[in-house]
Amino acid sequence: MLPAPFEYHAPKTMDEALGLLDELGEDAKVLAGGQSLIPLLKLRFASPAHLVDINKIKDLDFLEERHGTLSIGPLFRHKSAERSSLLASRYHVMADAAPQIADPIIRNRGTIAGSVAHADPSGDWGTVLLALDADLVLRSKSGSRTVKARDFFSGPFSTALQPTEILSEIRIPVAKPQTGGAYLKLERKVGDFATVAVAVHLQMDDGKVGSAGIGLTAVGPQNIRAERAEAALLGARLDDDTIKEAAALAAEAAEPKADHRGSVQYKRNIVRVFTERGLKRAYERARGGG
Amino acid sequence: MGQSITVTVNGEQKSADVEPRLLLVHFLREKLRLTGTHIGCDTTHCGACTVLVEGVPVKSCTMLAVQADGQQVTTVEALAAGGTLHPIQAAFKQEHGLQCGFCTPGMMLTSIALLNEKPDPSDDDIRWALSGNICRCTGYMNIVKAVKSAGAQMRASAAVPEAATAATRS
Amino acid sequence: MAVETPLKGNIGDSIKRKEDDRFIRGKGNYLDDINLPGMLHMAIHRSPFAHARIKSINTDAAQAVPGVVAVVTGALLAQHKLAWMPTLSGDTQAVLATDKVRFQGQEVACVIATDPYVARDAAALVEVDYEVLQPVVTPQKALEPGAPLIRDEKEGQKDNHIYHWEAGDKAKTEEAFAKADRVVKLDTFYPRCHPSPLETCGIVADVNPATGHATLYMTSQAPHAHRTLFAIVAGLPEQNIRIISPDIGGGFGNKVPIYPGYVVATAASLLIGKPVKWVEDRSENLISTGFARDYYMSGELALRNDGRMLGLRVKMLSDNGAFYADAQPSKFRAGLFHIVTGSYDLAAAHVETDGAYTNKAPGGVAYRCSFRVTEASYLIERLVESAALEMNMDPAEIRLKNFIQPEQFPYMSATGFEYDSGDYPRAMQVALDKLGYKELRKEQAEKRKKGELMGIGIASFTEVVGAGPGKHYDIVGLRMFDSAELRVHPTGKAILKLGVKSQGQGHETTFAQIVTEELGIPAADIEVQEGDTDNTPYGLGTYASRSTPVGGAATAMVSRKLRDKAKKIAAHLLEASEADIEFDHGKFFVRGSPSKSKTIQDVAFAAYTNLPDGLEAGLEGVTYYDPPNMTYPFGTYLVVVDIDRGTGQVKVRRMVAVDDCGVRINPMIVEGQIHGGLTEGFGIAFMELITFDEEGNCLGSNFTDYLLPTSWETPKFEMGETVTPSPHHPIGAKGVGESATVGSPAAFVNAVIDAVGHLGIKNIDMPVTSDKVWEALNKVGAAE
Repeated sequence: MLPAPFEYHAPKTMDEALGLLDELGEDAKVLAGGQSLIPLLKLRFASPAHLVDINKIKDLDFLEERHGTLSIGPLFRHKSAERSSLLASRYHVMADAAPQIADPIIRNRGTIAGSVAHADPSGDWGTVLLALDADLVLRSKSGSRTVKARDFFSGPFSTALQPTEILSEIRIPVAKPQTGGAYLKLERKVGDFATVAVAVHLQMDDGKVGSAGIGLTAVGPQNIRAERAEAALLGARLDDDTIKEAAALAAEAAEPKADHRGSVQYKRNIVRVFTERGLKRAYERARGGG
Repeated sequence: MGQSITVTVNGEQKSADVEPRLLLVHFLREKLRLTGTHIGCDTTHCGACTVLVEGVPVKSCTMLAVQADGQQVTTVEALAAGGTLHPIQAAFKQEHGLQCGFCTPGMMLTSIALLNEKPDPSDDDIRWALSGNICRCTGYMNIVKAVKSAGAQMRASAAVPEAATAATRS
Repeated sequence: MAVETPLKGNIGDSIKRKEDDRFIRGKGNYLDDINLPGMLHMAIHRSPFAHARIKSINTDAAQAVPGVVAVVTGALLAQHKLAWMPTLSGDTQAVLATDKVRFQGQEVACVIATDPYVARDAAALVEVDYEVLQPVVTPQKALEPGAPLIRDEKEGQKDNHIYHWEAGDKAKTEEAFAKADRVVKLDTFYPRCHPSPLETCGIVADVNPATGHATLYMTSQAPHAHRTLFAIVAGLPEQNIRIISPDIGGGFGNKVPIYPGYVVATAASLLIGKPVKWVEDRSENLISTGFARDYYMSGELALRNDGRMLGLRVKMLSDNGAFYADAQPSKFRAGLFHIVTGSYDLAAAHVETDGAYTNKAPGGVAYRCSFRVTEASYLIERLVESAALEMNMDPAEIRLKNFIQPEQFPYMSATGFEYDSGDYPRAMQVALDKLGYKELRKEQAEKRKKGELMGIGIASFTEVVGAGPGKHYDIVGLRMFDSAELRVHPTGKAILKLGVKSQGQGHETTFAQIVTEELGIPAADIEVQEGDTDNTPYGLGTYASRSTPVGGAATAMVSRKLRDKAKKIAAHLLEASEADIEFDHGKFFVRGSPSKSKTIQDVAFAAYTNLPDGLEAGLEGVTYYDPPNMTYPFGTYLVVVDIDRGTGQVKVRRMVAVDDCGVRINPMIVEGQIHGGLTEGFGIAFMELITFDEEGNCLGSNFTDYLLPTSWETPKFEMGETVTPSPHHPIGAKGVGESATVGSPAAFVNAVIDAVGHLGIKNIDMPVTSDKVWEALNKVGAAE
């Protein structure tokens, strides 16, 4: 398994990178962590004529809260998310997801933004961003635009990102008090893609749900936001019946396909079970436990 | 098509003209003849090709040689530099942490990075950290023992400053 | 700090491994590390279809790539009568397809180029015009009337049936079933899995066209046998072929067969006059090289109401792929599957097996197993579990009731094996005690009341390993003996050369220890060499756990041969009669006066400097050992699992493994072998699977789909042992490399069934994945 030939560019500035993308268009692929892209090149499932490596550009590896958002840079790597005390304290869904991405060595190099841009329906970060109601900043030579995570994914490996654009920043609303989250993933072994995973992000107000985000992984052509389940939670007290109802709605939102990981019925059931368990865990964390 | 790169491998600057598509593992194995880094799976699963890039474990079959330009790469060949075994090497032998030896360089390099970050890891810490390196022979039991034992050894050496050797740094 | 006395390396000493020094420094010498001047690289173009007629092959575009030296097709090989080759089971296999492709991934053309990247580029440019044919993807379908004929090139082959084979006494078995109070039946499928050593297969072929000498560096578990096969296949004179098997990165059976790539690389090197390297990538390894298992088994156990077993009846259908290329002794069409009576005293048994061609990869090898013993062990241990469940008996109790008793050895089984030694009740008791079986059964009962699922699985396996004897066991006619050559140098240091070949088992240490025990030379002073056919005596190689039972016995015997000669020299040095010389741990002395002695080192020096009249100089010898019987390792494995009713996930909470492999030469290495085997058994039970879709596309062609357990999933193992020496092996050892893979899958699956059996779930075939468990629970209304 060896890649086909390509030309390699390692711009030193974002402007230089955007200029290259503008010039090369669809012939170019952006290389961040490379942990999905390089295997694709080796399998020759992808053979772009040009690679634009953004790793030499300074100051793209960041995670910080500023102006009411949690801002994540394009070279912020999974391992940094895994080790972040900020995420562990206030963004549980991210802290839960990070150590479940691929394996520890891949996490050393792979990036959150790269994974989101790759848009594998079995990818985890897209689901997490849906639950967090994130915004994605897409930058090109001619300027930048902001797209909601829920408007970003358009199908398997397909997004709103244009070939001339770079996903330059992920923006997540800063966690309010009484926020809790969870990411539950069923995988067959470490390093496997999810059979099913569920992301839950809850914010409690006076004992009632102030806001709720639920994302589903690997049960549709893209990462899915379970909107009806979210709506059922809004303003409700999180008793067993509410949780059960939301879990059932999340299971309905799933559009799984049968494959060697399981039947439609099985995957739908995992969505239900994980949504229930995820809501309970998130609720506990929102109340300061777990 | 050649691209000129300079990589510091095991402390020595190595320059070469390489095709952009050349994988880092092939640069190490074929251009530099450092054959201690092995290829097991081609798809970033097995970790036999693990090396340290800037001290961080990376699967060198999933990185291009051109990406390593200007960076520090450490391979298994550096561990016994100067002739003295690194504690992780001694421990793998002592605890029978290897059989066919094919996964061993990657296992040891990942373990060193773990011990640098967490000098006294639990069994679960070790199993978690090594879960990107597959071993088909040993069943991991003795690898876990070896990493624990190397950790103890490294902590003991660190307590005596002059005993700290260059080889323990990655 | 306590001062440790360094161990000399006697039997029972856990000395550290001699081979490790190079491996921990990254200085192993594996196949892909070999780099010869002027070496070319080969890449293979493979079939995308499972079954298709080749209408034409166009190699022009591939040939035109700069750096390409040659493109080899089946047509070119046919000119040299090399398009087909014999298999280890007496069938033929296409080297490069000429008429049809018969499995996805089959070798169609090879590109030889100056650079591996270029070879790969060009291989993608080979254009093949196919007429797609209907594929046959199960053996059941293959045997239906009117099924597409896969081997239409074979004269007289009218269907896809390969063989029918029986063992045991049919009439006596029918009688036993007629007398039975009840019959317990189990239909189970042992799916296709793959040994997947971390190093893939490969060759560097270096043929000198001027001299005709071929030096073939190969990842070979059996270099001598491969040399002979090469001589037969390629028509090269055997003395001109040298096979060097360098350090091997794991084998597990995968490196026993000869693969088409080896033949093409050798032919290409001969034709081009330069060394040619071919190293598979992982996908090639998984889709085209020796798989394992793929057995559909139907077993019936005849029992009395008190749980006593009376007879066993088995029908088995094997999926052999497109070419019958199983690696096994010639006489036994389904390997040693008829060891299926296991650890139980069964008066009657009958086994019927059939094999079928399908459009899948060939090469059924024994993945860390002695010729299909794993399938047999799995079936009987699952059947006994089924019987316990149906009869509401404790699974430990029903086993204890039926074990062959220690006083019954040597024991002749109903299918014709003579078990050498064993103490099954003891091994089981040690395991039950170590686990705390009774307490756990109580815990299970409590949990069950609360609706929680917990299971305890048992497997009490018996293996048969160490083939020969040569008169019954051969591979393509080569009798299954093995060899050891020992040379003791004047300074008392020695070289031991073996016909077997380590793939990680630690031969360089273990075999030195046998010499240490027999001659008293410290293991550190003994260099063990293997794998070079020019420099080691002929042997059949390492697989089927045969190195210690056969090669180890040869080592003990050659050491004793040298000891006898050394005695003569010692008598000369001590001026005594040979009859009065005694030997103990490296010292020769006159009976009654141990203080006056000569060491083995003194004697070795004298063998070259001071000999008695009439004695040849030197202290060297070679032994070819043909074992009188096979050995029968055994043990009991216990597994505790907890099951999540919401997801079907199975968590292995504990695993206890008690092995009896006879005398343990290096206990540290023995335990390491067992750890590894348990892990592979765990993988097979829960995740490893090669399967195919309806078009015959291989699902499981890389490690994304072919799942191997990591350190995180793999359970921690609790080890125990009993020692029942083999009565016929010179040092009482039995072989241990495969016991754990043979015994453990049934223990894992039995634990799952033990957890859910009370709900009416009788079987879940491997791999026991969470979705299968949940579906089974859901079907009986017990899922969350």
